[in-house]
This record gives sequence, C-alpha cells and structure tokens, in this order.
Amino acid sequence: MTATVTPDDRTTTLPRRRSALRRRNTLIGWSFILPNFAGFAAFTLVPVVILFYMAFTNWNIFGKADWVGLANFQRLLGDGSFRNAFWNTIYYSVMHIPLTIVVSLGLALLLNNKLRGVAFFRTAAFFPYITSIVAIAVVWNLLFSPDYGPINALLRFIGIENPPGWLTSKDWAMPAVVIVSTWRDMGYYMILFLAGLQTIPPELHEAARVDGANIWQRFVNVTLPSLRPTMFFVTVMLTINSLKVFDLILVMTDGGPGQATMVLSQFIYRKGFEESQFGYASAAAVALFFLCIIVTIAQFLWNKRRSV
Amino acid sequence: MTQTQLMVTGEQKLRRLSAPAPQRRAGESSAARRFGRIVGYAALGVFAIGLLAPFAWMLLSSLKSANEVFSVPVVWWPETFVWQNYIDIWAKADMLTWIRNTLLLAVVVTFLQVLTGSFAAYGFSRIRFPGRDVLFLAYIGTIAVPWQSYMIPQFILLSNLKVSNTLWAIILIQAFGAFGVFLMKQYYETIPEELSEAARLDGLSEYGIWRRIMVPLSVPAIASLTLLTFVNTWNDYLGPLIYLRNPDLWTIQLGLKSFVSNLFDTNYALLFAGLCISVVPIAIIFMLGQKYFVEGIATSGMKG
Repeated sequence: MTATVTPDDRTTTLPRRRSALRRRNTLIGWSFILPNFAGFAAFTLVPVVILFYMAFTNWNIFGKADWVGLANFQRLLGDGSFRNAFWNTIYYSVMHIPLTIVVSLGLALLLNNKLRGVAFFRTAAFFPYITSIVAIAVVWNLLFSPDYGPINALLRFIGIENPPGWLTSKDWAMPAVVIVSTWRDMGYYMILFLAGLQTIPPELHEAARVDGANIWQRFVNVTLPSLRPTMFFVTVMLTINSLKVFDLILVMTDGGPGQATMVLSQFIYRKGFEESQFGYASAAAVALFFLCIIVTIAQFLWNKRRSV
Repeated sequence: MTQTQLMVTGEQKLRRLSAPAPQRRAGESSAARRFGRIVGYAALGVFAIGLLAPFAWMLLSSLKSANEVFSVPVVWWPETFVWQNYIDIWAKADMLTWIRNTLLLAVVVTFLQVLTGSFAAYGFSRIRFPGRDVLFLAYIGTIAVPWQSYMIPQFILLSNLKVSNTLWAIILIQAFGAFGVFLMKQYYETIPEELSEAARLDGLSEYGIWRRIMVPLSVPAIASLTLLTFVNTWNDYLGPLIYLRNPDLWTIQLGLKSFVSNLFDTNYALLFAGLCISVVPIAIIFMLGQKYFVEGIATSGMKG
C-alpha cells in the first residue's frame, strides 16, 4: 500500500517507518472523524440495525419482544390499510415527481434569461422551501377551504360552477397535497436546474442556432442532454423525498378524509406511535426502507447503462 | 497562491450562480426578441402571483379581525388593520417559551453540526487511512435511507437512554447528520492540497492545518451549512412531535400546531399573527445569507 500522501513518506522508504506512519495516519484520521461518527453511529446506524431485528418480533408497549419470523410481513400483505398506504404513496409520487420536474425546470429556464427582476425571483422562489410545514399547511388549508377559500372563490369567479372540495373530498385531497408540495419544493429543485443550466457552454446553443434549430429543437437537443447529470440527481432526490413524504400530509390532512391521503410513513407512525405495535410498524418501515433503496439502485443502474 | 487569492476565487465561484445569463447575440430579429421578452415577463408575473399570494394572504389575514378570515365573499383586504393581533398572541399563547426552546435547539444543533461536520470532513478529505472510503460510503448511503423508516428504533433507543421528552433528544438526533460532513468534504476537495503540504512542512500539525487553514478558507461552506441547519431545525416538526411531549419543551412549530387543534373557536387571525412571527426570523436570516444558502444547495446537489 503506497497510498499515503503525507510528504514524510517520500523521504523514507523503510517499511517499518511506513507502517508506523500508517498507524499514525489512521489514529489522526479517526480522531477527526470520531466526534461526528460517534453520534452518527449511535443515533443513525444502530437504530437501522435494530430496525431489522424489530421487524421480526412482536415488540409492543410492554417491551416484550418474541421472535415471530415473517409473521409481521405476512400480516402486512393481507392488511388493506397498508396496501392502501402503499398505493397512495405511489399515486403521490407519480403525480409529484413529473410535476415538480416540469415546474422547476420551467422556472429555471425562465430565470436563466436576462429579464428585469430575475434576481429577486431567484430569491423569492425559495421562500416556500424555508417556510415551516405548519405555516404552509395552515395557510393552504384555508386557501383550499371549499366554501370560504380564495381558491374556490377564484374558480367560481372564472365560471366554474362546482369547484372541487379539495381537502374535504376523497378524490381531490391528494391532488391538493401534490399542488402544495410542488409549490413548496419548486424553488429548491429550480436552484439545482439553474446551476446545471449555467454549466452549458453558450457556444452549443449558438452552433445549434446557426444550424437553424428553433427554440424547441434547441431545448430538446442541446439543453436536455446537457442537463442529464442534473436531471438524474433531481430525479433520485425527488423520488426518495416522495416515497417518504410525511410531515406535510400529517399536518394538512392527517391522512384523511378517510384514508384518502394516508401514506407509508404515516402508516408506520400510526402503528408505532399511536398503537404501540413497534414490531409490526418496523416491518412496514423495512418495506419503506427497501422501496427507497431498490428504486435508488434501479435509477443508478439505468443511468449507468444510458451513459455508456 | 495566497490565502486572499483563494478567498477571491471562492467568492467568484459563489457569484457564478447569481450572475445573469450570458447576453444573447444580436442574431434574432428585434420583433421576435420583443415578443420573447413579453412572454417572459408574463410568465414571470404568473409565477410571482402563484408564489407569493399565499404569503400575502397569510400576512393580510394576520391583520384581520377574527370573523373577517372566514367571511363570504372572501375579504382580501382587511377593513381595519388589527395590529392588536400581534400583541394578543403573546398573551394567548406561550410564544416566549416556544421561541426560547426553538432558538436554543437551533443554535446548539447548528453549532455541533458545523463543528463536528467540518472536523470529520477534514479526516475524510485530507487523511488517508484504511477503511476511510468504506466509512464515507456508509455516510452517503444513509442519505437514501428515510428517517421515517428508523424513527421507531431510534425513539426506543433514546427512551432507554432516558433522554426522550428532553431537548437533548432533538440535539442528539440532529447534530450528527451525514449532510454536514458531505457538504464540507465537497468544499475541502476544492482547496488545493499544496496549501496543507506547505503548512505541514512548516511543522503545523493536522489539527493546526484544520484550524488555521481549512476553517478560514471554507467560510462560504460553513455559512451555507450554518444557514441550512439552522433553518431545518427551526422548521422541524416531526422530531419535536415525537420527542417533546411536555408543553414546556414545545418548539414554535409544535406550539402553533397545538394552537390550531386545541382551541375550538380558534381565532385564525391570531394564529396567522403567530405564523408570521415564526416565519419572519427565518425570512430575515435567509435574505441576509441567501447567496450562501443557494450555493450550499447547488454544490451539495451537483456532486451527489
């Protein structure tokens, strides 16, 4: 192993000196990492390991934990409310991911232009992202209010007779949540796209223009391919964030009406913290864990295959 | 390269994002360009309304009287500005305790995250030792693991340590995140190795290099991490919801949420005043440091 980079080892080639140096490096390296790693290991890595044990037990409020094998997972498969939570999570993700990509990319393209006030909007687009979930939920709940809300007032004003009941309607609650979460996230992803757009050399656009490509052709053939690394990262982040969506839904609808907006994270929360079925909730958590990991790995593999 | 020169390059890197896009060549006809600008401004206008209307609604509603919030037809502009809401909220709700708790948590968590994060990042980016890369992979891997999946074992662990229902619980679960290490490491990789080499030849220890060279040179990254962590902790709802049962320990988010659900005839105008009070400090912090904020997200994002 000759990978040590400290300058000392250029001056000496004695193997003993080198192994002493390596030991010294290891010690110093660990001393830097340890303060953070101790907390990280104790409160993140250890819980993840315990999770996998708990999922195979019937751990409950009394702290009694018997090994039950795959019983929890079998119960999950037959549990209608788990299946409902699973499909709701997928439904949310399928709406939220493309919508957020389109909106934030559109915004980034718009704000990448030389227009007056663009600097202000780059800042303002971030406001929703730094505003607390509680404030967002309260405000949007009122905006969406079927009878008193400004949104429906506006819809009636432009001639829509029966505007949707939004959060009070089983069919419209999820779209309403998606609208709010897209509104919240767009500034964040817009920044990522904007950073990606600014790495595209202007010469590429210039060349395409000279070749007679119109604005749409330039977008499809120059901008999109150049944005591929950004697009990949945004998709991965968005997917993980969509699959684990929780706090916004918890505060806005609490899973309701009925179970129309109940998602996986909330299923885990209910079973664990409200019904104290820690073992069963952990099995659901393992399912969420693998869902996120598998989707992420699949995206990585797909990205790799396409870049070859 | 001297320190100041390096700082300048760092600054330029930061400015890149806020700089305007390169000027269009004068190839297109002026009519088409004018049309493009009009469309651009129209889109900007629509975007502005969609983006800012909810905030305007919140601000205006906080100045309404209690029954104006729910009147039909919708009242947009308050008839008289009820500034009293901003005084009453302090008496009707325990705002002071909530703000104190939140501030305490945000400051301690941010301090620990920045300190341990930049310290660990130095170990990961500047010192080679066996197992380092595997360890870093473990850090990065957890970014794909949702907190929601291990919140239950974490809660049981902290309950057994007798820290649940204390502010310590929030500090322990949030101060040692992988994100801080990741962000600082990305920045350290951009600082030339030669600087540390020179310092090493001059007899500075690794700790000395971190303190005297890396920390001063990574001020922009530290600013980014500070802002992001502070805002996240201030706004966090789930952590406090699970761990802080005692009303004396509530953060501002928990407090305002309880204000919504506890009072039957919630005075929404009052609630909106509370929400504005909770949002304003964050907005000010963001405005002051938005350059670092944006840059932090862009760098941690681009290299992921």
